[in-house]
Order: sequence, then structure tokens, then C-alpha cells
Amino acid sequence: MSTAGCGGGDPAETAGSGQVHITVACQPAKTAPENRKAWDDDVAEFQKANPGVIVRSTDQQPCFDPKTFGPKLAGGQMETVFMVPVTNYDEVIGKRQALDITPYLDEIKNWKDLREDVKELVTRDGRVYGVPNVHYSVGLVYNRRLFTQAGLDPDAPPKTWAEVREAAKRIAALGPDHVGFGEYSGGNTGGWHFTMHVYARGGEMVTPDGKKAAFNSPIGKEVLQYLHDMRWVDDSMGAKLYNGWESLMMAMGGGKVGMMLGAPDVITDVVQKFDGDYADYGITGIPEAKAALSGGEAYFINPKATPEQARAGMKWIDFQFNTVGKGRFDFARGKAIGNPVGIPDNDVYGDSPTGKAIQQARRENAVLPVENYRPYVEASASIPPKMEPPKAQELYAVLDVAMSAVLSRRDADIDRLLADAEAKANTILASNG
Amino acid sequence: MAEPTVATGIATTGPGRHAPAGPGPRPRWRLGPYREGPSRPGRTRLGQAVRRNLTAYGFMCGALFCFTLFAWYPMVREFVLAFQSTNLIDPPEWVGLENFRTVIRDPAFGQAWWNTIAFTLLALLCGYAVPFAVALLLNELRHARAYLRFVVYLPVMLPPIVSVLLFRWLLDPGPGLFNQILAFLHLPPLAWLDSSDTALISLVLVSTWMNMGTATLIYLAALQNIPSELYEAAELDGAGVLAKIRHVTIPQTRLILLLMLMLQIVATMQVFIEPYMLTGGGPENATVTVAYLMYQYAFVYGGNYGAGGALGMMLMIVLLVFAAVQLRLTRDNTR
Repeated sequence: MSTAGCGGGDPAETAGSGQVHITVACQPAKTAPENRKAWDDDVAEFQKANPGVIVRSTDQQPCFDPKTFGPKLAGGQMETVFMVPVTNYDEVIGKRQALDITPYLDEIKNWKDLREDVKELVTRDGRVYGVPNVHYSVGLVYNRRLFTQAGLDPDAPPKTWAEVREAAKRIAALGPDHVGFGEYSGGNTGGWHFTMHVYARGGEMVTPDGKKAAFNSPIGKEVLQYLHDMRWVDDSMGAKLYNGWESLMMAMGGGKVGMMLGAPDVITDVVQKFDGDYADYGITGIPEAKAALSGGEAYFINPKATPEQARAGMKWIDFQFNTVGKGRFDFARGKAIGNPVGIPDNDVYGDSPTGKAIQQARRENAVLPVENYRPYVEASASIPPKMEPPKAQELYAVLDVAMSAVLSRRDADIDRLLADAEAKANTILASNG
Repeated sequence: MAEPTVATGIATTGPGRHAPAGPGPRPRWRLGPYREGPSRPGRTRLGQAVRRNLTAYGFMCGALFCFTLFAWYPMVREFVLAFQSTNLIDPPEWVGLENFRTVIRDPAFGQAWWNTIAFTLLALLCGYAVPFAVALLLNELRHARAYLRFVVYLPVMLPPIVSVLLFRWLLDPGPGLFNQILAFLHLPPLAWLDSSDTALISLVLVSTWMNMGTATLIYLAALQNIPSELYEAAELDGAGVLAKIRHVTIPQTRLILLLMLMLQIVATMQVFIEPYMLTGGGPENATVTVAYLMYQYAFVYGGNYGAGGALGMMLMIVLLVFAAVQLRLTRDNTR
């Protein structure tokens, strides 16, 4: 009780007698007992392989919460090893809320095999602050069963925005509660998807120097007009606003939403958390794509960690998230406990030897129809990935307003919406450097 | 009953050396049991008073500690934060009125105040009149009174998240119960939370439902304190139901009605849970309130705690005015 309870939250604690205590984030929730057990087994195995290191896990879900991150860190409650999504790298590194891990990189055995462009994201002035573990680009996720029901060919998903619109109409016509194309409007997800649309059409969110907003453009208008027309002219987007990540995912899992923009991890979440059947879902490249918004995550070390804790934390990251056949990449175990192995949701190692080994292990243990994801894999090879804009979360929050307006108001004034959003975004981009 | 062990000689504060003989009026500030006795030389009035009330102070310490830690300290901290810029790691930087300028320049600032005022007025309209009417009704009932009181109070006992989830289902623009009722009445469906025209009103509905029970019970208690002779007298004078309400009920409950008005204004202007959980401030900022905007600055716009603090201070100043009015009313009416 005393070791776990009193000192457990403080990563600066190093117990006597040569023991190193570390806390690690992202333990699966109790509602996913198989995955939780697998994690706990990993912890036990890791501790056995590293005598003297005591690991305590936290199961906060989602394991990175921007609302609690700052206060947790300031209050000494942040784990020694914590996850940050790519959206927040800039903020966390910029505010010096992550340890410079350059001296400990030798603990990550496959470091040299990580994609250079992905490593670049966690590097500032030649110093490294995080270990990337997940990286992907968005595509178009679709429900193959609904495609079939609507008389569309699930093996020939839409390649143009006009085809998306047509398919959405056919799916919405299947009956009440059917949504042809699902789109977000709140909780920062509206602005996030607006960015996906703008990038896909070749637009920009900010000027090259990152100081001004650039979305109040013909492409920005085209995106809002397109969604407005699908909602109000075609009536193919349903009457319900999706005010956050969970609401649209729940609808997607319910099997009544035909298409949405999303990365392959959408399928994993729909299946694992929202009771979807993975045989129903497929993913293809984003239509007419000039670029695809990329996403991912990396593990960081608490800036208050001692050198011993930092080294132990890096060992844990290497063991759990960067070793083929272990932890995240133990596909055989994933298959055994019913995870949807086979979804191409990670390309962090590219075509390096490690990357090839991961791809092979995933193929060998695939439990779902990998051909459903072939259009995405093929398209990804030719679509350049594009990083999130600076101050991404703030911009997304601002653009939620425009997205919710076109989806909730037939007479939405698109020019005014974009002008208002631009004014607010410029203030945000100009603040704090 | 055992005598309290503290305070025996108290003549210095009671009718003693400087007071006329005989039991005078009891001093207003004294908490302990009042007793008379000979004075003890060498003790000050203050020392005596403290000694006599030690037990009371002991009990008060707990409450004082909690208030200091959980109410006053955060308030002071927020006041300081409103003039600072901080990332919670480095030492904070003083920025003067910059945080205030930031929030005032925000296009959502005006709308947040407008929404807050509109929500407060609408919530008063529903949350003030409806519970009073329900209390009047409950007071008149002869049967099933306890049961109905329980039913009215039940929503208060539900955690807000449960109520909110419940209303998410009821207000669903597709198969939600409210739209089913409209369809049954051959009325067109409403988008409820999903339209900027109806979202704020929908939040008021939810809020009224969640908070009605407490207000109803307070009104009911006030109603039951009205002496029945007054009604009997009114009846003898030929007063009907409405006349009785106008000439007996309302004058007799005037104080509690005024107090509840002020308390409700102070409570509803801080509305946060409903927009946070149901609409996320949307659609189109239609449900962004001052408290919600404060939260957005602190936790959504990259941790701008200073700007959040500035907004919080503005809201606090407005609420202080109402709190002052409430204090004044209480004082005037209890004299």
C-alpha cells in the first residue's frame, strides 16, 4: 500500500535498495479483460527480464487527455512513460513537458529502422523527445454490407467526391436512420475532419510560416459547400449532429452509416469498442487525394524522471511498443484473444527490415479479410502524407463552429463562417509565438 | 444534561459591573450558554468569550479549513491567474490585462454572455414558476403526498451524467421520445439539440428537470409554514383559490421567493454541465456559455489558464452583484 499508494504517482521517486519504480500509461481498461491481461502479462515478463525495475500501470482512458495533461504534469501525477498523439507533439515539446531522451536512444533497438519523416516529428534542433510507435494516413472507411444492400459494388469503392455523394444518396435511401456519409461537428473533431477534406483537395490550413490561417480559400468554401449540399440538398447525412469522436463511432458500429473519413484504426475501434463486425468494414484511399492527413502517436518520458527511471522507461517502450513479436506487435497473441489483426493501421517502420517483419507477422496472423483493405494500402503508396497544422487542437475547435453550422442550418452563410473562423484562428496563431 | 465545562464567570459580559442590575438582553455575539455569575478579575472580555466558545470554534475549524482549501484558495488563485501566463511547469509570467483583452476580442465572447443571459432568463421562467406551481399542487393534495414528493425529488438524486444520457435518448432527432410524441400529434419533428434555434431551449428543459426537485421541496416547506388560520379567515371573507394564493400564499412566502430568485440567478448563470455534456457548445456556438468558454480556454485551446481565469473573474463580479442583493434582502427581511 505504501509503495504503490503514496509514492506511486510521483515519477521522481526512486526507491532504495537499487530498485527503480516507474509508472506507465495506457493499460487497457477493465472492460477489455483479455487485452488487460495481456498487458499485465507483459509487465510481469518485463519485470522478470529487468530485475530491479518495478512497473505500475495506469488505465486512464483515453490514455492521453489534453484536459488533464497540464494539471497532471504540474501536480506530479503524470506517469514516467506517457503517450502523446501527433496532434500534441508541438505543444508538449514546446512547453518543455517532455524529457530530452537523446542520451537513452540506445535502449530502442530498432531506432534506426523507424521512418525518418516520423522520427523528424519528435525531433527539435537535433534533440529527440519521443519514440514514435504508430503512424498512418486517413482514407475513406466504408460499410461493405450497406454498399451491397444499396446495390453498390463493395469491391469498387468511390474514387471521386461525386461518386461519394452518389453512393451516400443510395445508402441514405435504404430507409430511415440510414446515414450515407457521417461527419463530425463538435469536440474538435469537426475541425479535424474539415482539415482532412481541405488537405485531400490540395488546400492548406495555415500559411507556410504558420502565422496566419489559410483555410478561408476557394478549397475551404468548396469543402463546406459540398457537405452542406449533401446534408440539405441530398439529405444523405442524417439529421443528427455528431458532437465528438464517440458519437459517430457509435453510429458507425451500429451499422447504419455508409461512409466516413478515417484512418484504419477506425475499424479497430468500431470492432473492439462499439460492437461492429469487422467483416462489414473496408477502407479505401481518400478520393481524388492530393494529400492525406497523417496521424500517429509516440511515447514520451516525464521531464521529472531520474536518469534511472528514464532508462527503465525507455526499456519499457522498446519492449512493449517497438519489438516484433512482443507487446503491441505480438500478433499471434492478438489473434488468440480476438483482436482484429490484419488492419493496416501502422506503418511506422516503413519498408525497413523491422517494417517487413511486422508486415509479415501481421499477414500470417490476420483474422480478417485483408483484401478489404487493399484499396487503402494501394492508394497510400501514392498519396503524400501531410502533417497536422500548428496549434491543431485550437484550430479544430474554431472550425467546429463552421462544420456544425453547415450541418445544422440550411441557410448557413459559408463566407461569413469562414471569415469568422479565420479571424479567431489568426488570433490563436499569433499568440504565444 | 451535563453542564458545559467551559465558561463559568461571565459577569464582565453579562449584566455586571457596567450594567444595570437584573438580567439584561443577551449579547448577540455570544454562542455559549448564558449564565450569570460573579466576575473574575484579571480576565479580558475577549479571553472570556474565546474560552467560553472553544467547543464552537473547534467545530467551526473543520468547515473553515474545507472552505479555505476548496473554495477560497481556488478563488484567490484564479484571481492571480487572470493576470498571468503559465504552462504549469515554468514560473508564471505577469501579463497585466492581456488575458482580458484576449477573451474580449474573441468573437464568441459576446455570444457566450448573450447565451448565458438567455439561458438564465429561460431557466428562471421554467425553473422558478414550475416548481412553485408543483409545490402549490403538492401542498393541496390529500392522497399520495409522500409518494409524489419522492417522485418530484427523484431527478435530483440521479447523477447529472445519468440525466444527461437519458435526455440524449429523449431528444434524439431520429427515434427520440420527444419527436415520437410530436409525430403522434401530427407535428413536424424538431432537431432539439442539433439545431442552433432549439439547442439552448433544450438545455433549459434538461436543466429544469434536473433541478426542479430541490426548489419544489423548499417552496413546499415554506407553504407548510403558513398558518392555516389565514386561509380560513380568507375563506370566511369569500376568497377563491386564486385570491387565496394572491393575498395569503404569495405575501407569506415572499422572502423565500425572493431568496430563491437570487439563488437561481447565481446558480443558472454558471451553467456548465449541460452544454459540456450535451452539445459541446454547438451547434454554431449556440450553447456556448461563459462558464463553458472558460473551460474551452483552459482545456481546449492549449491550456490558456490565464484567459479562463479572466473570464471566471468577469463572471464572478456579475454574480457578486446578485449575491449582494440577496444578502441585502435576507437582512431586510429578517430584521
